[in-house]
Amino acid sequence: MSAATGAKNWRTLLRLAAFSVLMFGFGYALIPLYPVMCKTLGINQTGVDDRPAVSAQVDETRSVVVEFDSNVHGMPWKFRPLVSHVTVHPGAITQVSFEVVNTLPTPVTGQAIPSYGPPLAAEYFRKLECFCFNKQTLKPGERREMPVVFVIDPALPKDISTVTLSYTFFEVEGNRRTAGRNPGASA
Amino acid sequence: MNATTTANGHAEGHAGGHPDHGHQPAGLMRWLTTTNHKDIGTMYLWFSFAMFIVGGCMALMIRSELFQPGLQIVKPEFFNQLTTLHGLIMVFGAIMPAFVGFANWMIPLQIGASDMAFGRMNNWSFWLLPPAALLLVLSMFVPGGAAAAGWTLYPPLTIQQGMGMDMAIFAIHILGMSSIMGSINIITTILNLRAPGMTLMKMPLFSWTWLVTAYLIIAVMPILAGVVTMTLTDRHFGTHFFSAAGGGDPVLFQHIFWFFGHPEVYIVIIPGFGVVSQVISAFSRKPVFGYASMVYAIAAIGILSFTVWAHHMYTTGMPISAQLYFMYATMLIAVPTGVKIFNWTATMWRGSLSFETPMLFAIGFIFLFTLGGFSGLVLAMAAVDVQMQDTYYVVAHFHYTMVAGALFSAFAGAYYWLPKWTGHMYNEKLGKVHFWLSFIFFNMTFFVQHFLGIAGMPRRIPDYALQFTEFNQISTIGAFGFGLSQLLFLYIAISCIKGGEKAPAKPWDGAEGLEWEVPSPAPHHTWVVQPIVK
Repeated sequence: MSAATGAKNWRTLLRLAAFSVLMFGFGYALIPLYPVMCKTLGINQTGVDDRPAVSAQVDETRSVVVEFDSNVHGMPWKFRPLVSHVTVHPGAITQVSFEVVNTLPTPVTGQAIPSYGPPLAAEYFRKLECFCFNKQTLKPGERREMPVVFVIDPALPKDISTVTLSYTFFEVEGNRRTAGRNPGASA
Repeated sequence: MNATTTANGHAEGHAGGHPDHGHQPAGLMRWLTTTNHKDIGTMYLWFSFAMFIVGGCMALMIRSELFQPGLQIVKPEFFNQLTTLHGLIMVFGAIMPAFVGFANWMIPLQIGASDMAFGRMNNWSFWLLPPAALLLVLSMFVPGGAAAAGWTLYPPLTIQQGMGMDMAIFAIHILGMSSIMGSINIITTILNLRAPGMTLMKMPLFSWTWLVTAYLIIAVMPILAGVVTMTLTDRHFGTHFFSAAGGGDPVLFQHIFWFFGHPEVYIVIIPGFGVVSQVISAFSRKPVFGYASMVYAIAAIGILSFTVWAHHMYTTGMPISAQLYFMYATMLIAVPTGVKIFNWTATMWRGSLSFETPMLFAIGFIFLFTLGGFSGLVLAMAAVDVQMQDTYYVVAHFHYTMVAGALFSAFAGAYYWLPKWTGHMYNEKLGKVHFWLSFIFFNMTFFVQHFLGIAGMPRRIPDYALQFTEFNQISTIGAFGFGLSQLLFLYIAISCIKGGEKAPAKPWDGAEGLEWEVPSPAPHHTWVVQPIVK
């Protein structure tokens, strides 16, 4: 190997070695780079709600009929909305109430699960307060009026003029007191 | 390719082609102090085979435990150490050194260089390996046992374990230094020491694949070294890179690890692509189809490998947009890979085929590696991966690419070049038996693991639900068959070294390249006068 080749080899070696040292540093640089990238791209920020904010603007130009439906799934409760439907402007905050009565002589715990028709409307239906956020425990024979505060996002597609909000109460398994009374329960 | 030489490669060096060690120490000191690329290549190959046996024994212990549901043979803690060390030893101790061994032996011969660029550094690259392997193996006997967090070394487990983890971290540091020095040597050799007229685009594909691989190694091994160093300082020096208790982020480890880890899987397989390209071409008696597209495909795979790391982490809570990006980027890699598989098939098309052992392993490679590629595409789909993550489907997938891919191509290369290394032909009949046993038992071991994974059997767990028993038993029997078949390879290789039919300079009539212009066995010094390639 000639001296010239030897010198050339050393230059190549030093460049490659410098590159690998640089990459070692790059590994460490990734630690601060990741949070910066996530912040710039607006992804994966802990504790930040990345859902788009509801427009505060009330859209007076259109009205949407919101119908209410209520069901109980194998539970000894009476459950009904106090109004069957309301007509609202998208963006306006509205409150309605549901009534529920425990017909049993024992306390019963239930949880309401909402569903929407058409299903597409679900993502435009913002509930600010709802009895369905928590389990509800009713004492023997107790009657309770429970509020739902909601707002329809003005971005709701124009071809949807009626939205149905349906609740179904399910008995919470761990708190089941009515075993044997409904067909779904095991003995 | 199509090299013709004016300077005669046969006669230079030593009369009669006898290796002359007169100016060298004899015995053990010869091997400790050698700077000869062929000696070092040989040591790499023996070392990697030894590690292959060690890692294989660990695999067989794992499979023995999984023969039946429940815990029979090993304790769960030890089982976790076995899976961890099996992975580390096979990737860093067996497969990577095997291909570095091939590189040492063949690259100078193929490009007409007299040796590697830095002989002394080459010696160091090799002799760093045994202490690293020793650290890994001895770590099983220290209090607390070996590292047991899986070969991916995810925190928080790695931050909590005993000194076995520190030993694994130091072993990775040493292995990383070894492979970085080896890669710098290979790049310098290829860039600066090619024979006159051997342009880059005339270079045999095996040398090309190593050029790309060596660049990948010097780009990502330092990142692995960095990330295990962060783990080390988290453990002992009060940093909090990954320790959530101090405000660190364990998921960040996965991002950095896989930024190394995905290029790493191509580091393992790309030299195998080179071997297979040359073997397929030799036994089809045709030049490889689409040489230039092969080179570009290798380069494309190398570059794309840096853009897909988070497909290993779909279930860590990534935003949907990131999942979509990594899904499509991953699927994009199927395009250059498809080019290569198409070209191999097209090389065989209307070729004058013969099926000696290297060719059998190469065809087995194409068939099974393609299967592994397909299961990789399945796993690339974010929606599917949520179901498959950390199941035996993943285990089956990467063993199809690592065993049927990297290992089969290493066997193809070993049989292809054994006559050049030893001067003798290996036993062809036994070689074919070795292939068929390996092929059948490999599929018996790993094909059923696809079903286990789809049915939901998690990986890295020593126990399983009863309904998985039959497939696990098939897999365990296959694993023992596969392991024992490899002893046949040891026998074939040793008897080939000791004797056998004398090999001519070019034992394969379809083979091309400068390595076949030096006598067999290749003398201690070759291409002292560089050939001129036209």
